[in-house]
Amino acid sequence: MEPRNNEGLKPGIWREMGLTDAEFEKVKNILGREPNYVELGIFAVMWSEHCSYKTSRPVLKFFPTRGEHILQGPGENAGIVDIGDGQAVVFKIESHNHPSAIEPYQGAATGVGGILRDVFTMGARPIALLDSLRFGSLQNPRTRYLFGGVVSGISGYGNCVGVPTVGGEVYFAPSYEENPLVNVMCVGLIDHKDIKKGTASGIGNPVMVVGARTGRDGIHGATFASEELSEESAEKRPAVQVGDPFMEKLLLEACLEVIKSGYVVGIQDMGAAGLTSSSCEMASRAGTGIEMDLSLVPRREEGMTPYELMLSESQERMLVVVKKGTAEKVKEIFARWDLEAVVVGRVTGDGMLRLTEGEQVVAEIPAQALTDEAPVYERPYSEPEYLSAVQELPVAKIPQPVDYERVLMDLLSSPNIASKEWVYRQYDHMVGTNTVVRPGSDAAVLRVKGTKKGIALTTDCNGRYCYLDPYTGGMIAVAEAARNLVCAGAKPLAVTNCLNFGNPEKPAVMWQFRRAVEGMSEACRSLNTPVTGGNVSFYNETRETAVYPTPTVGMVGLIEDLDYRCTQDFKDEGDIIIMVGETRMELGGSEYLRVAHGLEAKGRPPKMDLELEKKVQQAVLESIKRGLVKSAHDCSEGGLAVALAESCISGGIGAEIYSVENIRGDALLFGESQSRIIITTAENNVAELIRYLTVMEVPFTRLGTVGGRELKINLLDPGCAAGRPRAVINLPVSEMEKRWRGAIECLMK
Amino acid sequence: MKFGVVVFPGSNCDADCFNAVKAVLDQPVEYIWHKSNSVEGFDCIILPGGFSYGDYLRAGAIARFSPVMEAVIEFAHRGGLVIGICNGFQVLLEAGLLPGAMRRNDSLQFICDDTYLKVENADTAFTALWQPGQVIKIPVAHGDGNYYCDENTLKELQQNNQVVFRYCSPAGEVTAQANPNGSIDNIAGVCNKQGNVLGMMPHPERCAEKILGNDDGAMLFKSILAAWQRRVK
Repeated sequence: MEPRNNEGLKPGIWREMGLTDAEFEKVKNILGREPNYVELGIFAVMWSEHCSYKTSRPVLKFFPTRGEHILQGPGENAGIVDIGDGQAVVFKIESHNHPSAIEPYQGAATGVGGILRDVFTMGARPIALLDSLRFGSLQNPRTRYLFGGVVSGISGYGNCVGVPTVGGEVYFAPSYEENPLVNVMCVGLIDHKDIKKGTASGIGNPVMVVGARTGRDGIHGATFASEELSEESAEKRPAVQVGDPFMEKLLLEACLEVIKSGYVVGIQDMGAAGLTSSSCEMASRAGTGIEMDLSLVPRREEGMTPYELMLSESQERMLVVVKKGTAEKVKEIFARWDLEAVVVGRVTGDGMLRLTEGEQVVAEIPAQALTDEAPVYERPYSEPEYLSAVQELPVAKIPQPVDYERVLMDLLSSPNIASKEWVYRQYDHMVGTNTVVRPGSDAAVLRVKGTKKGIALTTDCNGRYCYLDPYTGGMIAVAEAARNLVCAGAKPLAVTNCLNFGNPEKPAVMWQFRRAVEGMSEACRSLNTPVTGGNVSFYNETRETAVYPTPTVGMVGLIEDLDYRCTQDFKDEGDIIIMVGETRMELGGSEYLRVAHGLEAKGRPPKMDLELEKKVQQAVLESIKRGLVKSAHDCSEGGLAVALAESCISGGIGAEIYSVENIRGDALLFGESQSRIIITTAENNVAELIRYLTVMEVPFTRLGTVGGRELKINLLDPGCAAGRPRAVINLPVSEMEKRWRGAIECLMK
Repeated sequence: MKFGVVVFPGSNCDADCFNAVKAVLDQPVEYIWHKSNSVEGFDCIILPGGFSYGDYLRAGAIARFSPVMEAVIEFAHRGGLVIGICNGFQVLLEAGLLPGAMRRNDSLQFICDDTYLKVENADTAFTALWQPGQVIKIPVAHGDGNYYCDENTLKELQQNNQVVFRYCSPAGEVTAQANPNGSIDNIAGVCNKQGNVLGMMPHPERCAEKILGNDDGAMLFKSILAAWQRRVK
């Protein structure tokens, strides 16, 4: 309970708000006195893991953040990358895991709302959304409830605002049973000259609250996001906000209009920690102070206290600092969209966040103390005990399949591989009329109207790999995202990431976190795709069990000329199929082990050789640009056979493959060796393509020919290549398609 | 020929319609703010898709009270060309310019996908460049596209040739399986008796340019221009 005026703090109350005793002492030192209740609440929320990154900050420093295309790295509301012609892409990914675990529809919906605001607050028009989702098994009715609710929440919000949801991923594994992951990425387009930042500069400039009124919803949401889920979490449902996408749409249009008007000095979304974070972060970035009279903040109900007003996470609100003398003009623009815009304070020169209620000062805190002076923890880390046991994989004891066709069909209907059409049919993925490559390919592609350019987008992470070896898993997440973009014909430019982990106070989780970030950093450096920001989500645990470490990578790439874009579907009868890269004897962490042998996470993930990866990507991208490639598809979960099947299904045409069985047949067809891309080329281009690949010194294998109505795979004995091929798969494309397309819908019925 | 695209609060296909007119026809086009009470000077009015007023009450139910709608109704009564797409169709139903009503999709889910349409009436200003019975591919994106009207109205629509598009299979069979939302008689689009007001759930503006993989929708815009040119002559 909130104390009445001037009552002292209840001993230990800071612990209920999530602050440690030591942190409370630090607060007292900063203020030179005991904080009052409002101030304590502000410190608690700003110093929560969610807002302060107090655990992750020292580790996030590993990420490379600079590069020739990077206009804005971490630290702002979103990252910005240059795409030429004075244009840029603004993008960011963020998690909404805990709210979605408790209230899937609103949790996911407000996740979409928040990330949209992060992008349009920079002045960019959002042009695409992507969602990276993780759930438990679909056999479980609660998973189906969560999955269905999250998908309709994303659909309900994104569709209404009118930003297409063009891609993403969905994985299912038991570790996400109680703690699903909902990561949402937004991408916007902007002209360099329109870029706006979240700074409160110019002493005396008015500070305005715009958009929705402030209510009592979402109070302490950020604190809630910084603890483990428990039985009591359901009671924290009031900490979940409710979204209003119609309000968001109005706010989006009004904000872009007001930013174009030139009246705006700085603008920031009121996301986690609402009015508190937006005001102190804007002041802190500019080295100024902000003074606000809370009695002026428009509210939904009477009797709200300063504490509630400062900590509310009501959605669809922004804090705007405008040039002196323009507040009335700004109000007019918002009024045209039937929105409120109210001056609640002004920028000051004393560096203080000063809150009043009328004349009475209710809180006074140095703004930078809330941001820059937040505690930083170098938490202990140590290799988890589970690791050596799960990494061991006695391959010799794993029987080779008798029936390869059955294995392929089972893989195609595994929800991790099956078509996600049931999901993306619920998302408006075409609004905006920029979607050139729709969901379902390796990467979504959007055109940039008025130019020849296209933007390719993808999200990627294999949590199972990261569980088995976070360093390699982290590298693979980055490498595969880049590979997906290359398959679309795009040059990978930059990364945003959403790092979903368990409780970092446990050394084993901290170790996973460090190793994953190290692996990702290594890959980002090697592939020249710097990190422009993102979000860390810890405490994804229930009953002492953490989710798989899941560092989701969101990546943006550029296609300079859309005439040279590429898709995964096989095109024409007689086209030649070539695999670039090489298949190794690798089965660890594969979907095949799970589906055919019931081993959910076993062995070491596939090896990641970044030098090879780089070469493969360069060679394929250049081949696409030279017009030599008719289709390109990355080999990932399910291996070569699944990649071939997917290209057949999406192209509505078969293929005949001959492959030398130089390693175990199951590893050859279903193993998940990295750095492999299946491309096709017209017969009259084969010689040139092969010549080029040879010059580039990348390994490649000619696999066969596109054509017919079946996917036929034949294995050749390496001993006597002239011997009779062993036909292991001969499946009609239409049958594979039926299983692949219908699997998730069938489970959801 | 001058097009006007009405912008309601919550319209989100306004820019797409604007762009399609420019890209396909390169004719003058302007936005018309919903608070405007005149549509003077326009030759064709487009009510775009989206979620006007969030569709919080019932799709299109509030937008029809926007000041601009009075002018649009009067314009339609004078024989002006009006097309409502998706949410715009819902607004036309609520405004009484077209008969019938929309219900939630029978799957109870939003659906965004390509659909095949049979051009049942190629005599309207919006469809004249298609062949009667031609099968075209146009995407839908809606949660409330389940068109309904009572039996008498349906009979009347059929008799007057007011059913303009029906959902069909790629081969042109009008089947229950080809119906994405449960619409009565597979109806995807209807016009008024005079043929100058068209409402359709599918989005022609989303498939009007080759780069988007399908330009079947371009023909609708070209038909409108051709009809207007005939009329002016």
